[in-house]
Amino acid sequence: MQESIRQMKKRSLFIFCFLRVLILLSVDDAFVAAQKPQSLTDSLKKPVVKFGFGRLATGAEIAAWDIDIRPDGKGLPAGQGDVKKGKLIFVAKCAVCHGINGRQTGAEKLIGGALVSDTLATSRTKTIGNYWPYATTLFDYIRRAMPYNLPGSLTNNEVYSLSAYLLNANKIVGADVVFDANNLPKVVMPAKKLFIMDDRRGGAEIK
Amino acid sequence: MNKETKFTTEKRPGNISRRTLLGGMLAAVALPVEELFALETDLAIPDDPTKAPGPGPSPLGKRSGFENPVRKPSDISSRTPLQDLHSTITPADLHFERHHAGIPTIDPGKHELLIHGLVEQPMKFTLADLKRFPAVTRTCFIECAGNFRTGKAEMTPQDILGLTSQSEWTGVLLSTIFNEVGIKAGAKWFLAEGSDAAVMTRTIPLAKAWDDAMIVYAQNGEAIRPEQGYPIRLLLPGFEGNMNIKWLRRIELSEEPYMTREETSKYTYPVKDKIRMFSFEMDARSIITYPCYPQRITKGYIEIRGLAWSGRGKVSQVEVSTDAGKTWEITKLQEPVLSKAHTYFRYLWNWDGTQTEILSRVTDETGYLQPTLKQLIEARGQNIGGYHMNPVTAWQIREDGSVFFKPENYTK
Repeated sequence: MQESIRQMKKRSLFIFCFLRVLILLSVDDAFVAAQKPQSLTDSLKKPVVKFGFGRLATGAEIAAWDIDIRPDGKGLPAGQGDVKKGKLIFVAKCAVCHGINGRQTGAEKLIGGALVSDTLATSRTKTIGNYWPYATTLFDYIRRAMPYNLPGSLTNNEVYSLSAYLLNANKIVGADVVFDANNLPKVVMPAKKLFIMDDRRGGAEIK
Repeated sequence: MNKETKFTTEKRPGNISRRTLLGGMLAAVALPVEELFALETDLAIPDDPTKAPGPGPSPLGKRSGFENPVRKPSDISSRTPLQDLHSTITPADLHFERHHAGIPTIDPGKHELLIHGLVEQPMKFTLADLKRFPAVTRTCFIECAGNFRTGKAEMTPQDILGLTSQSEWTGVLLSTIFNEVGIKAGAKWFLAEGSDAAVMTRTIPLAKAWDDAMIVYAQNGEAIRPEQGYPIRLLLPGFEGNMNIKWLRRIELSEEPYMTREETSKYTYPVKDKIRMFSFEMDARSIITYPCYPQRITKGYIEIRGLAWSGRGKVSQVEVSTDAGKTWEITKLQEPVLSKAHTYFRYLWNWDGTQTEILSRVTDETGYLQPTLKQLIEARGQNIGGYHMNPVTAWQIREDGSVFFKPENYTK
């Protein structure tokens, strides 16, 4: 009798361990593989279950905030703009911080920095012409953050026009360019060829 | 004499008024006087503090009126007074700042985080939602990628590299949130966007989310400061400060990077005839914070103290040289040494009163040894720029005990 109880205990212990292993295996492999079995009350070990916190976002909510533009043009809105209109907007809304024609001329440093120069990488002042690798970044940044005192106040057409003006002033596109979602991503920026991804991954090398 | 009269300032010999004392201390260390006087109370300083009870408890504590660690602000940033700190945690009100369009005021009851793009379910989370998820606390540094100044001998650690600070951050692992929305195959990057007037954006590799990225709402135990992203910021341990998006409102999953203004025209730097981009990890760095300018030391035992850190993991060793770099000694690291965290080092030195230079250099767990400025210039060229600079920093000790920074020639 005593013997059989002991055997039952042994068996139940075995079954318990077996079940425990099964439970652990059902948890994300990535967690288990790297670590010893841990307390099942660890709240970070149960991510396979959705918590159900938060709510679905509506299409309108996403559209209201999704203002980013990718180098391939994804995100560029409808509309268009040209150099002539862009120059007028620049004079009215940008020149006060970025200088007449976007250039650093006087001795006093421009509040917003120069935007226009030659397209030589060796130039001391970093500008759109000599340093920016993607034209789409120009649209994205002007629309989200400029003018500094009234960010987000420009229309899409105005941003296309400013992009046209600034790229023309930097001698990257002609004076007759009319930008839209189709042709802005096609502009090849002079500095693009200079950019390299950091490939350092630690270790002794000074690079 | 009742208590009331005892606590008023008495003009008698030997009773120094608080104003006089503070003013005198300030004159000695040349700090902005007007800021300290704002702290002044009507309390006099008793000759003997054991002979009368002091003020009682209060709802909010203050620093001693004798202590005045302050950030050094410019128009766009403010720098942590590293030389005033005795261990690795930066008090939240001294954490460095860098804003691109000022500090927004955000109602935490209305703030929401949107996650969309290559996800199974685009979702919005309120601050209350985020606080319901399993939480994690992590101590790590945040350092601005443009954190190197030089040029003159009269510079403190705050002036040279005050754009690094450390906090104990609490929040939810980004992996927990990404599991909740479900990440679609093909996603390799995510865009993080702030709700400041710059609507700051950076692209971050998705691997960082599965590694150790967090969305944090607390700093040193309390809600994070407005200037640190209240109510939530992204925390990317070891990555350049700019990527730790403050006032976080949106994350978009994508197959490719967005090439935002901050990751192309800024936070990139010349390396020979190329421009290097996407330098995420902050390279290992150290600095002696005692002794430093404008202190003056005396002959005998000096405990050299300082900070070391690496964005790639733990500090494995810090060495100091007290003979201008000829020989190096291993310092004692204060435990616990945490990964991607400021680590305090100490070394006991017996100064014989002769002129010398003292330096520190760190080795991190990947085997990287902090380089000299000369090594950095050799590796990257003369036109090295101001980002991701982590050179060995030297202090000159003169015979009279005065300590000065040793500026080196450097073309920015």
